[in-house]
Amino acid sequence: MAEKRIGQMRFEELPPSLQKKLRRQKIVPRLKPKKLNRSVAGNTLLFFIMGVCAVFMVLPLVMIVNNALKPLDELYQYPPKIWVRNPHLENFSDLFTLMNDTWVPFSRYLMNTIIITGAGILGHVIIASLAAYPLAKHKFPGKNILFSMVVLSMMFSWTVTQIPQYAIISWMGINNTYLALILPACAYGMGLYLMKQFMEPLPDSLMESARIEGCSEWGIFWKIVMPNVKPAWLTLAIFQFQSMWGNTGSLFLRDEQLKPMQFALQQITAGGAARAGAAAAVTFIIAAVPIAFFLMCQSSVLETMTTSGMKD
Amino acid sequence: MSSQSRPVRTKRQELARQIRNSRACYAMLAPYFILFFFFTVLPVLMSIVISFTDWNMLQFPNFVGWKNYIKLFLEDEIFMTSLKNTLIFAVVTGPVSYMLCLLFAWIINEFSRIPRTLLTLVFYAPSICGNAYMVWNLILTGDRYGYLNGLLLNLGIINEPILWMQTEQYVLPLLIVVQLWLSLGTGFLSFIAGLQTVDKSMYEAAAIDGIKNRWQELWYVTLPAMKPQLMFGAVMQITQSFAVADISINLAGNPSVNYAGATIVTHLLDYGSTRMEMGYASAIATVLFLLMVGTNKLVQKILGRVGE
Repeated sequence: MAEKRIGQMRFEELPPSLQKKLRRQKIVPRLKPKKLNRSVAGNTLLFFIMGVCAVFMVLPLVMIVNNALKPLDELYQYPPKIWVRNPHLENFSDLFTLMNDTWVPFSRYLMNTIIITGAGILGHVIIASLAAYPLAKHKFPGKNILFSMVVLSMMFSWTVTQIPQYAIISWMGINNTYLALILPACAYGMGLYLMKQFMEPLPDSLMESARIEGCSEWGIFWKIVMPNVKPAWLTLAIFQFQSMWGNTGSLFLRDEQLKPMQFALQQITAGGAARAGAAAAVTFIIAAVPIAFFLMCQSSVLETMTTSGMKD
Repeated sequence: MSSQSRPVRTKRQELARQIRNSRACYAMLAPYFILFFFFTVLPVLMSIVISFTDWNMLQFPNFVGWKNYIKLFLEDEIFMTSLKNTLIFAVVTGPVSYMLCLLFAWIINEFSRIPRTLLTLVFYAPSICGNAYMVWNLILTGDRYGYLNGLLLNLGIINEPILWMQTEQYVLPLLIVVQLWLSLGTGFLSFIAGLQTVDKSMYEAAAIDGIKNRWQELWYVTLPAMKPQLMFGAVMQITQSFAVADISINLAGNPSVNYAGATIVTHLLDYGSTRMEMGYASAIATVLFLLMVGTNKLVQKILGRVGE
């Protein structure tokens, strides 16, 4: 590198900003930046802290898995032990037997859950992102008021707004339909806030060039903004999945045919001591599905390459 | 109209023009904000109105003015206890949780895809396992079979088991520990996603500019680049730290021993769900809301200084 000369100056004597520019434009080869500024001592310290904490954090997962595999006598053992001694799968077969004689076919509950959760996630991610885009990237009258309303709304205790919300849902006549669960879920404040925060740092030049090429605002939103904030909407999907999945809908849904799986599973486990095994299996399933969804989304949260070198 | 006498646009006309030009924006905002208005704004406004009444969900509400608020601050001693507990909770768990979220997200971000995903799951596990804090019932059981008692007895630190959740002085500190354990939630995941959007070429540029170690890199490059996510994380942290209730109710009970674990939200639930005094419960919610809004103002001001 020391040999490299630009004009009469050695490369190192150039001002740093110019050095950077030359490296970016690949006039001068980039340094190999594989592992930047990492000391062994620092690595060891940080990973040690992580390891100790990880043991505590993973505890509930360990317990749920072990409980699901425990036979009844071990579930009721006192003092309770975390690790299972004689693992078996009877809890699950018990659960499946119980599922077979529910009021309506179990597949119906499952279908309801899929509809409610799916619509809740898709609806919220799409309309919240759609609203977040102008709030992040455009100027228009009323922008600040709308945005602060969203942020403030998250700070009002959900417990007391529930009753007025119930009144509104009844007044709209959507009580006892899927919409009673889906529509309020689409209006959460958090999703819009999250999406707006991720869209804000996108460079304006990215959208400007698309606009010059005749792309409409819709086109910009779908083809440029959304792909660039993929980590954000995948994360939002995880949050939304968790909140939709846990919803038993018992407040709004009266018809047994409309109730989600959570409700049916809770009914099964409410059967007292004899069903403790099935209950442990239910706890496992209730945790396993969001975890599967989490792993699916989280592993796709990868860096968005398009913005590299576009920052202005 | 001749070109000379073209009228100067009045403010109102200018506004109307801006609104017309932003039609596309409003069209994109409409679906969300219509739902938001009906299902979030309207219920909040209704709750605030209810807070000025004596509604008990059975009789027709009467307007009582500031009575609920006056009672809250002058007569309700339990509210004062719960206010104090909530503030202790928020001041301790808020900043510490926030730092932990950031620290772990930042370390995890160094790994490649598969280990990163698994580590994220491990640290997010308490938030995804539903009522994961029930594990703490095992640990904090008051007899000698509770894990914590067992450990301390074996080490000879204590001579007889301690009833952790029934002893006033231990309740709040232990609840704080559990809350910290639960804290890697929303903020944590949004930081992980935020770190992924930081432009990698900025690190190279920073290394060339003379950034020496990872701490400098964090302060001068990473944090400023993810300021929007930091703001988001802070708001989520405030809403969580001030609204602690579930763990208190499940581990310490509601009411807890001498109200040692009472928080504003447990107090609110006591009035709202148990006693059905919605007017009073709404007044508590409104006070809590104002407390969070004030804290948010302060925190946003502090975060504005990151990377300077």
